[in-house]
Amino acid sequence: MIDEMRRGALANLPVGASVAAYGSVLGMLAAQKGLTWAQLLAMNLTVFAGSAQFVMVEMWTPPLPVVEMTLAVLIINMRYLLIGASLNPLFQGKSLVQKAGIMHLVADENWAVTMAAYRNGGATTGFLLGGGICLCSVWSMGTLLGHQLGALVVHPERFALDFAFVAVFTALTVSMWRGKSDIAPWVTAALLAVIAERWLPGKWYIVIGGIGGALIPALPSVFKSRKKTHAKSPETAPVKPITEKTK
Amino acid sequence: MTPAPATDLSIAMAIAGAALATYSLRLGGLLLAERLPKNGGFKRFMETLPGTILLALVAPGIFSAGMLGGGAALATALCAWKTRNLLLAMVVGMAIVASGRLLL
Repeated sequence: MIDEMRRGALANLPVGASVAAYGSVLGMLAAQKGLTWAQLLAMNLTVFAGSAQFVMVEMWTPPLPVVEMTLAVLIINMRYLLIGASLNPLFQGKSLVQKAGIMHLVADENWAVTMAAYRNGGATTGFLLGGGICLCSVWSMGTLLGHQLGALVVHPERFALDFAFVAVFTALTVSMWRGKSDIAPWVTAALLAVIAERWLPGKWYIVIGGIGGALIPALPSVFKSRKKTHAKSPETAPVKPITEKTK
Repeated sequence: MTPAPATDLSIAMAIAGAALATYSLRLGGLLLAERLPKNGGFKRFMETLPGTILLALVAPGIFSAGMLGGGAALATALCAWKTRNLLLAMVVGMAIVASGRLLL
């Protein structure tokens, strides 16, 4: 487990550098808005979601719009519902305590790194957790340093640190490729995401692109199975094997 | 010059609300997936989902990064494909964008 965690932490270090740089920008903004470092740390440890925390800090004007803030966070983080669902095979046979504990430290980055490694047969829940601990540490260090000293890197764009996220997710996407059957879902996902990002607020584009693309290979048989279940009422279900045999 | 501080209660509620919302989505997704059927269309949906989420996450970023970003993303993808080295692929993409921004 410890060994797996170490591997996961190391695998997340490259993107961790960018996470820390962006954390320092958040820390600087938070200090301007009057958040104490202890409040910021509490937010890092309990919320641990970059873009949601940026929006919270942006909305941080007394009296705090608590309900609006919570709703905004809920909408921005809706993608975690899908991300959590996609981790189901990794958590096969794990206890509820392990699930409840490890899921808290799932961010976009360690999820993506883990899924890519999982596809190549080299990821466990320990790997995921190690990545989460690594990211949460560098995120907290970055935000607290930014809070105390100002942003570590004032214009992260100048050093292409903003592109680090694009680059990492691009590279990880490549490793998710399964073959020609992925063409249609992937094209759909990319198109839907680009369009949704233009027209919808927050992070809806991730949810819409992800679901829209994945529906492509699923749809035909959903139709079939729905017809099947529709034809057979629950009462006749026990008879089903016999009728199938007679066919 | 700093703005009037928010009340302790509202701060605690704001952070707790955000934490609870985020955590319930994270754990909810995982637990919900166990209840879903594991065959047919749903299975294919769940198997395709990681790739399409990742792509949906990154596609608008590439698209809005223009020619430079598109070229750098392509180089990153090719590098990742050939070398299977995440760090190298990331550095290649960032170097192209950084130097492009410096020069253009």
